[in-house]
Amino acid sequence: MKKIILRGRKVAGGCAEGEALVTKDTISGWGGIDAMKGTITERRHELKDQSFKDKVLVFPGMKGSSGTSMAFHATRLMSTAPKALIFNDMTTKAALSAVLLHAPAITELDKNPLEVIKTGDWVKVDADNGIVEITRK
Amino acid sequence: MKLSFEEKRILEGNEGVARQKAMELLVKYGEALGAERLIETNNVCVSLSAGAYSRLKSPVSESDVDASFSRMYLDSEDPFEIPKAKVFTCRLIREMDPENWQIQGISPERHEMNLAAEKVCARIGMQLMHTCAPYLVGNVPVMGEHCAWIESSAVIYCNSVLGGRTNIEGMESATASMLVGRTPYWGYHVDENRWGTHLVEVEYQPESVMDWGLLGYYVGEIVQEHVPVINGIIKAPNIARLKHHGAAAASSGGVEMYHVVGFTPEAHSVKQAFGKNKPKMKLKYGKAERKKAYDNLTSAKDENVDFIMLGCPHYTLEEVWNAAKLLEGRRIHDNVNLWIFTPHALKTIADQAGLTDTIAKAGAVLMTDTCPCISHVQPKNVKTAATDSAKHAHYMPAILGFPTWFGSQKDCIEAAITGKWRGELK
Repeated sequence: MKKIILRGRKVAGGCAEGEALVTKDTISGWGGIDAMKGTITERRHELKDQSFKDKVLVFPGMKGSSGTSMAFHATRLMSTAPKALIFNDMTTKAALSAVLLHAPAITELDKNPLEVIKTGDWVKVDADNGIVEITRK
Repeated sequence: MKLSFEEKRILEGNEGVARQKAMELLVKYGEALGAERLIETNNVCVSLSAGAYSRLKSPVSESDVDASFSRMYLDSEDPFEIPKAKVFTCRLIREMDPENWQIQGISPERHEMNLAAEKVCARIGMQLMHTCAPYLVGNVPVMGEHCAWIESSAVIYCNSVLGGRTNIEGMESATASMLVGRTPYWGYHVDENRWGTHLVEVEYQPESVMDWGLLGYYVGEIVQEHVPVINGIIKAPNIARLKHHGAAAASSGGVEMYHVVGFTPEAHSVKQAFGKNKPKMKLKYGKAERKKAYDNLTSAKDENVDFIMLGCPHYTLEEVWNAAKLLEGRRIHDNVNLWIFTPHALKTIADQAGLTDTIAKAGAVLMTDTCPCISHVQPKNVKTAATDSAKHAHYMPAILGFPTWFGSQKDCIEAAITGKWRGELK
């Protein structure tokens, strides 16, 4: 099995691993996810109706309403949250969601994670050291 | 992050556990952003609400609300009493109309929960504006004023139209700002982040409120979270147009600031709007682009409509007046519910001017304080909706689950009267 290592900046600390769910579409918390189910609900989103529960969510960034952080905060309280976040573009929504998820999160990676990581890859996120380890099945 | 002496004291707990938690949250959040320090703010907008995900059970006591607020908004497992706001703070949109909550299908338990939350918000010194558009009812930041606001449509208005400075805060970060009077110095607080990134050359002049929404929806989807500079506008827009434009751009993309050359305060010229930036991309907005935005906003197929929603973001008095003129002496279709939303303070004026009465006589309802998507309220058994708001047309299918037509205020009111959607792009 091939391993790939990426390095980036810690957004929120911790270490977690899981299966990757990758999207090229930005994610909106309020009106974009169902926190009770842990699914994407936005009408024209490529992951519509897919679950991010216990996944390592790999995405460009978070957009939309200020309700985003609360929606992700709620996924933690409902146990439908992703295990870790990997993203490219920093916004207040992404930063605050990461803090409230109490999950490891990394940004500013040395290669574009949307191109390197594929849905289904096994991904280990060590946010404290800024390391992402990818294992392709 | 570098903290001042006073900030460190708060972080150490010298002003109590609530402000300590607030400062902890702001520091974690600031570090996640990559901010170097905090700055002072005396203008916070946030929507503390006891409803969503709070698991409160009736009967609700004040201490239950405090516990829910400390858990939901200050990320604390241990409950504590929320102390007074340290800086000027407005409570934005909430979950129900205080008078029409029964029409909205709010249960008595939820109503009671809302009253309990309202009481706590008043106790801690929040100004109960209960609108998504605080700039319509007296909170009008001046050029350069540092704010900590939630609500994407209000943030983009503050940054772009008024020259105030705020990021899109979340409930949690804005609650923390309310308690300590600080927000991370990052993003739109910093000069260079306010400069334009994308140049939009307008070939199709937007005229109506609907046109400005279409322009915002198209541009937002392309530029995502960047700063578009709209060039080539000839005629001055107004509050309703720029309000709709920003709300649309913040929905299809993540736009928090835009410039309209010649009309917004940091864009007297294209050169000023871009500062030291060079445009990353040039795009044109013509007839085809306008049509694309219109098509993307439409999720309905059935011409029979049964729910019309107007007033997202909350209507200005002018918009309420226009709606009342279109409804005067007419009666909406039996199968249709027409709900119109405006801030409570403006409804007081509409009441005095007789507009509320005109709207009621037509069978429609002028509502305040909330909106369908925020509080998941809707008439019973809606099959197909229509709205004049690009933001609501974007969110209603995802949040409330029904297909939605998008059109002008006039299209929507005609549909309310006939029960049939006849709107089209002219």
